[in-house]
Formats: sequence, C-alpha cells, structure tokens
Amino acid sequence: MAANNYYDPADLRKFGKITEWSEELGNKFFDYYGKVFEEGALTAREKALIALAVAHTEQCPYCIDAYTKDTLQRGVTKEQMMEAIHVGAAIKSGATLVHGTMMMNKVNKLEM
Amino acid sequence: MSINFFGNANKTNSLTRKATMLKEKKKKQQSLQKRAAELATAKRQVEILSNGIFANGELPTFAKKIKETNQLPLRPKKLEILQINVGYMCNQVCEHCHVDAGPDRQEIMTWETMELCLEVIRNTGAHTLDLTGGAPEMNPHFRRFVEEASKAGIKDFIVRSNLTIIRANKKYYDLPDFFKKHNIHVVSSMPHWTRGKTDKQRGEGVFDLSIKALQELNERGYGMPDSDLRLDLVYNPNGAYLPGDQASMEKEMKAALLEDFDIRFHNLFAITNLPIARFLDYLIASENYEDYMYQLVEAYNPAAVENVMCTNSISISWDGFLYDCDFNQMLKLPVASKVKHIKDYNEDLLNDRNIMISQHCYGCTAGAGSSCQGTVVD
Repeated sequence: MAANNYYDPADLRKFGKITEWSEELGNKFFDYYGKVFEEGALTAREKALIALAVAHTEQCPYCIDAYTKDTLQRGVTKEQMMEAIHVGAAIKSGATLVHGTMMMNKVNKLEM
Repeated sequence: MSINFFGNANKTNSLTRKATMLKEKKKKQQSLQKRAAELATAKRQVEILSNGIFANGELPTFAKKIKETNQLPLRPKKLEILQINVGYMCNQVCEHCHVDAGPDRQEIMTWETMELCLEVIRNTGAHTLDLTGGAPEMNPHFRRFVEEASKAGIKDFIVRSNLTIIRANKKYYDLPDFFKKHNIHVVSSMPHWTRGKTDKQRGEGVFDLSIKALQELNERGYGMPDSDLRLDLVYNPNGAYLPGDQASMEKEMKAALLEDFDIRFHNLFAITNLPIARFLDYLIASENYEDYMYQLVEAYNPAAVENVMCTNSISISWDGFLYDCDFNQMLKLPVASKVKHIKDYNEDLLNDRNIMISQHCYGCTAGAGSSCQGTVVD
C-alpha cells in the first residue's frame, strides 16, 4: 500500500519485485505469464484485447493501465477497446441474470 | 432573477470557453518557435532531458546504460546513409513533430548549400540518400536538387514525403510523376488506417488527402507488389506509448488500406516518438513525461544499440552543418569532429568520431529499436 492510497500507478512498475520475497514461485509465474501472451493459436493482439476486457471485469486498475497502453501500442482503436469491454460487461451481467433461473426454480419449488 | 443570472453567467462562460478553444486551435497551427515557447530552444530541451529523474539517479542516463554493455563511447560503423534536411518549412503542423516544422518556419536550404551537398553525394561511399524536412518538396530548389542528385548514381534515393503536400497545391499535383521519373523511393507518414487517429495527430483532413495521394502513387506503380517503385509507410504512435510489433502492424495496415481504399504499399516502418521538440512539449503538458521515459528505459535493448542509425548515417542540416542524426540536429548537438560543416566534408575524418548522446537516445534503443528505416533488430 502506498503512503496515502491503496493504489499508486508507480506500484505497477514494482510488479517484478514480487519475486524478491518468493523467487521460485515468482519466476514461475512470470515465465507462465510471458508465455501466455506470446503469439499462438491466438494472435498477441487478440490476447491483449481479451486481457483488456478481463482487466475490467476484474476491476484491476493496474491491469487496466497496462492493457490500455498495450492495446494502443498494437494499433487497436478506441471503438474496438470499448466493444471488448462490453463483451466483459455482457458476460458479467449475463452471469448475474442467468442465476435468475436459480431464483425462479427456488420460488417455483417453494410456492404452492 | 436567479435563473437569468446563472443563464447569463453560463453564456459568458461558454463564450470564454469558445475563445480559449480557438486560441488553443490557433496555437496548434503554429510551431513552438513561432509561439516563442519555452521548448523552442534546443538548449532548454537538452536541460530537461538531463534533469529530474535522470539527475537524481532514479533512472540511469543513456551514457551510463550503454556503458554497462561496453558500448560507450558510441562509435560509427561504415557510413551507409546521407540524410539531408532541406528545410523546416512544412504544410502540416503535426503534434508530435520532432522538427517543430510548420508553415511558419523559415529555415530553408539555399542552392549554394545544395551544391556543396551535391559534391558530397557524388563522392560519398554511402549507398542511400535520404531527403527530409519539413516537407522537402517546399524547398524552391527541390526539383533541381533531385534531378542533379539522381545523376550521382546513388543506389537508394529516398524522399520523405508527407503525402498531403501532393494535394496541397496544384503545383505539386505532378509530384508522383516527378518521383517516378527519377526512381525516387517514397517514404511517407501514415500514422493510422483510421481517419480519427490520423487527423488528431496530423490535423483535420490529413487522412483523406493522404489516401488520395497514396492512390495516385499506386496509379503510377508505386507500392504495387513486385514493383521497383518503392513506397514505404511510417507509423508512429499517436501519444505517450511505444509502437507495437512492426510486422503485425504492417499486416494490419496492409489489410485495412487494401480493404477500405484499395491501396497497396511495400513496408511499414514503426518509429518511436523521441522525447524532443513538440513531442516533448506534449509529454510535459500532459504529465506523461516521466512515465514515457520509464517506458523507454525499461524497453532498453542493448542489441538495438549495435544498429542504431547514428552508427551508419550522417545528418546534414538546412544550413550545411553536420549531425549524428536528425534528432541531434534539432537539439543542436553537432558532431564531435573537426569537420562540422559540409564545406569541410571529409568522410574518413568524420567517421572517426564519438557519437553525441543524451537521454532522447533511449527512443532509438527501445524494444526492437527505432530508426528512420524502422526497427533495427529482428
């Protein structure tokens, strides 16, 4: 935690330092992380857009900072970015609403 | 009463706001020099690049960084490229311009200096001649110079054209034919394949004019697959971030321009914006300066230092002075050599020098590196 705020943009730069207190696990994580974002069956650009959407559903300020910049660097347009976030938002709200069936089931079971 | 009062107040506010906006807009159409802005002086820019996070040791200076890999002093290799800046006048006022070019700039290479350049071009060992500006076509002696220079038999003769100049005035409409006649390699800026991003960086209407100019070049055979008439595009980011992977961007840009406008080109050069002149001004005003310098330093790649463009090129300014690169020219950091001016040009003597560096050099060594020919590391 930074001096006066829970979140400080400068802390993002310190991310790599998590390895200092647990080197093996930290390194394994960063190796994995790096590998995930390499070109594969999905392009690095597609992966960056997925990351941007997930960054928002996770509401992670560091991730939003990082992947907004990353997608800009990859030439992604504002419209594409916003659409990606809507995909995340749609799944979020869908995930809430689809549980409505659970509520409906329960009501139907309880009511005479 | 009170409603009226607030109504009037709002009206006044909106008028003031409008006036401020107009002022801002006018400012954007002027160079830093014309505005007599603080950053119009090279000395002030060099100071800023050496102060703050670099002075207090938060980030290593470029000299310190390249020393880690025994690359200090930075030395030239074989001279391959002569880059001549024929003047800072331009029809555009791009927000990121490292030259601070614009219609109000008066620095234009004279024919006398061009003759000195021609003498050098006829005798140089360099295989590439690269004309830049401003808009090089706005120099009144541009065509005569190209005609003479093309006789020297240089292998690759580049003109950096901003595209809109071709449509700016009737007297430029035949430029595509002129380029073709002299087998000029055209390298043009096209920051994005969408209108919004392009116009925001380069000014209103730039996108449509650029598209029209590209179509005209294509009609002459420029940029067509297997054509010898080379047409390459330059991409540089529209803000405080680094360019993405050059090959992926090229693929994207090719697909988009082909699909939307039936336009073809050969290669895309992804160029990093260097923190000098108008881009530095923007970085500071938008409070992005420190973050941007962090990005550059974190992306530092020693392999890029090996091939950085100052190791194989010489930059000549409109008034005939010699620099390690166009950026050093704008920062007025002359070559560290006895030979300082084209009138005393001696290639061997000049090549035996240390390259002048400062923190802006991080812009050329980030990631896959950056040069006027795009990335420098595969």
